[in-house]
Amino acid sequence: MKPAIQINGIHKSFGSLQALKGVDLTIAQGEFFALLGPNGAGKSTLISILAGLIKPSAGNISVMGFDVVNQYQQARQLLGVVPQELVFDPFFNVREMLRFQAGYFGRGSENDAWVDEILEGLGLADKAHVNMRKLSGGMKRRALIAQALAHKPPVIVLDEPTAGVDVELRQMMWGFIKKLNYEGHTIVLTTHYLEEAETLCSRVGMMKQGEIVALDSTANLLNKFAGKQLRLTLGDVALPANIQSLLRNQEGGIYTFALNDMAQIELVLSSLRSADIEVIDMQLNEADLEDVFMSLVGQSTVSKS
Amino acid sequence: MMNNSYFSAFRGPWTLLKKELLRFWRVAFQTVAAPVITALLYLLIFSHALESHVHVYDGVPYTSFLVPGLIMMSVLQNAFANSSSSLIQSKVMGNLVFVLLTPLTHLQFFIAFLFAAIIRGLVVGLGIYFFAMWFVDIHVTNFWMVFAFALLGSALLGTFGIIAGIWADRFDQMAAFQNFIIMPLSFLSGVFYSIHSLPPFWQKLSQLNPFFYMIDGFRYGFFGKGDVSPLISLSIVGASFLVLAMITLKMLKSGYKLRA
Repeated sequence: MKPAIQINGIHKSFGSLQALKGVDLTIAQGEFFALLGPNGAGKSTLISILAGLIKPSAGNISVMGFDVVNQYQQARQLLGVVPQELVFDPFFNVREMLRFQAGYFGRGSENDAWVDEILEGLGLADKAHVNMRKLSGGMKRRALIAQALAHKPPVIVLDEPTAGVDVELRQMMWGFIKKLNYEGHTIVLTTHYLEEAETLCSRVGMMKQGEIVALDSTANLLNKFAGKQLRLTLGDVALPANIQSLLRNQEGGIYTFALNDMAQIELVLSSLRSADIEVIDMQLNEADLEDVFMSLVGQSTVSKS
Repeated sequence: MMNNSYFSAFRGPWTLLKKELLRFWRVAFQTVAAPVITALLYLLIFSHALESHVHVYDGVPYTSFLVPGLIMMSVLQNAFANSSSSLIQSKVMGNLVFVLLTPLTHLQFFIAFLFAAIIRGLVVGLGIYFFAMWFVDIHVTNFWMVFAFALLGSALLGTFGIIAGIWADRFDQMAAFQNFIIMPLSFLSGVFYSIHSLPPFWQKLSQLNPFFYMIDGFRYGFFGKGDVSPLISLSIVGASFLVLAMITLKMLKSGYKLRA
């Protein structure tokens, strides 16, 4: 089976700025994949190249085996991209836009049932005849997603789909996207909400400064990088030197330690006991993708004092 | 399956054309009614002011002479306005991305925008003719000449509108196109006078203006007379269209200003 997306050695420069420095990535059919990274890491540039909106300086990308430059018609037919910016056409209503969008891909009235399904699934059914201009921000976002799905593409790419979207809509949207994934659609998303990637995606790629710095299953990444977090309420104390290196964060008498394995709990506790420091409260947390993200992209907001 | 894919290949550009037509038809008050009324006002004022002062062709009253010129000027301006304003609006709004993400080829993109521009131009032209014929004595003597010039002229300006729409990044750049190129060329093209009434220098200058040939050829279809031979005009307009179409297709194919 051909991969849904195959990215080979993609470079992109804008003048002297190297936005992408040789990205390789393979996403299999049926995957739910998250592409994470701080602003400016190159995620959107990579997606724009995939979508044919930007030309690569070097390298190639194919969608289900079709090159996005040389076989762009076939590649785009198989691809649905939700742009990041909240753009809309002010002349038409939601249903008209979806019909047009499907029509550009050669789909006609036989596609209407699918359009109804999208409208229903994204909670847009009662807005179908409302002009795009009159929709609220959240509704515009749904319409934007609906437009990318209008031609029922097997590969769906969502670029920051939940930026500025309320919890209710996020739930509804992910419910629908999960259903599509279950039915066999490949889903790729970029997001700033790491917990979303963690709960939804089976595999994660992290980008930093135009390169992929981590690529693994979500579970492996969580195990490999972050381990567990121990939160201790100790008050204003001087921490023993031998456990300073484990300290991740300190705020108002609450100390957070990053642990690689459970044995380190005993080390921390015994060191505190020897130093006559009393543990007022204790919490043990599983690591999340945010920890992995922080340790990899190094944009830590941790304040060590 | 084969038929089906041919059919759907046709459906893509057809959908884009339909969207472009609906876009101006939804605001027909602004895109059709307004230019028709403007042209009729020109007709009223200029015919009233100049009827007894300006001599054009023998046996052709000035008001009758004016009508084809005004129709053609409006056809050209509106064909340009349709493709250029649609493109600049969807570029500034950002919704052009919905078309750029589709499998539509650069040729299909061109054809859809071109035909929408032609149809808008022809609808406006027909509107003016429809109202003017009740007040002014005017007959078409050579329908095919009228049709050929209306079609080629609107195609030429529709194509020019696509170039302007791709090139301009902001509304003020587009306004500059309108005010510094389209307006002077259309007003100095012999809409309101026969260039034979001009001093020799201005006659020569007018002959460099492609709008002059479109208007003169179009007028020939009504009166059977013109300032130059209609076949020369037709060749010049046809050749200009082909050149601009080639440039446009090249721009679209390279993704100039549309795909970074």
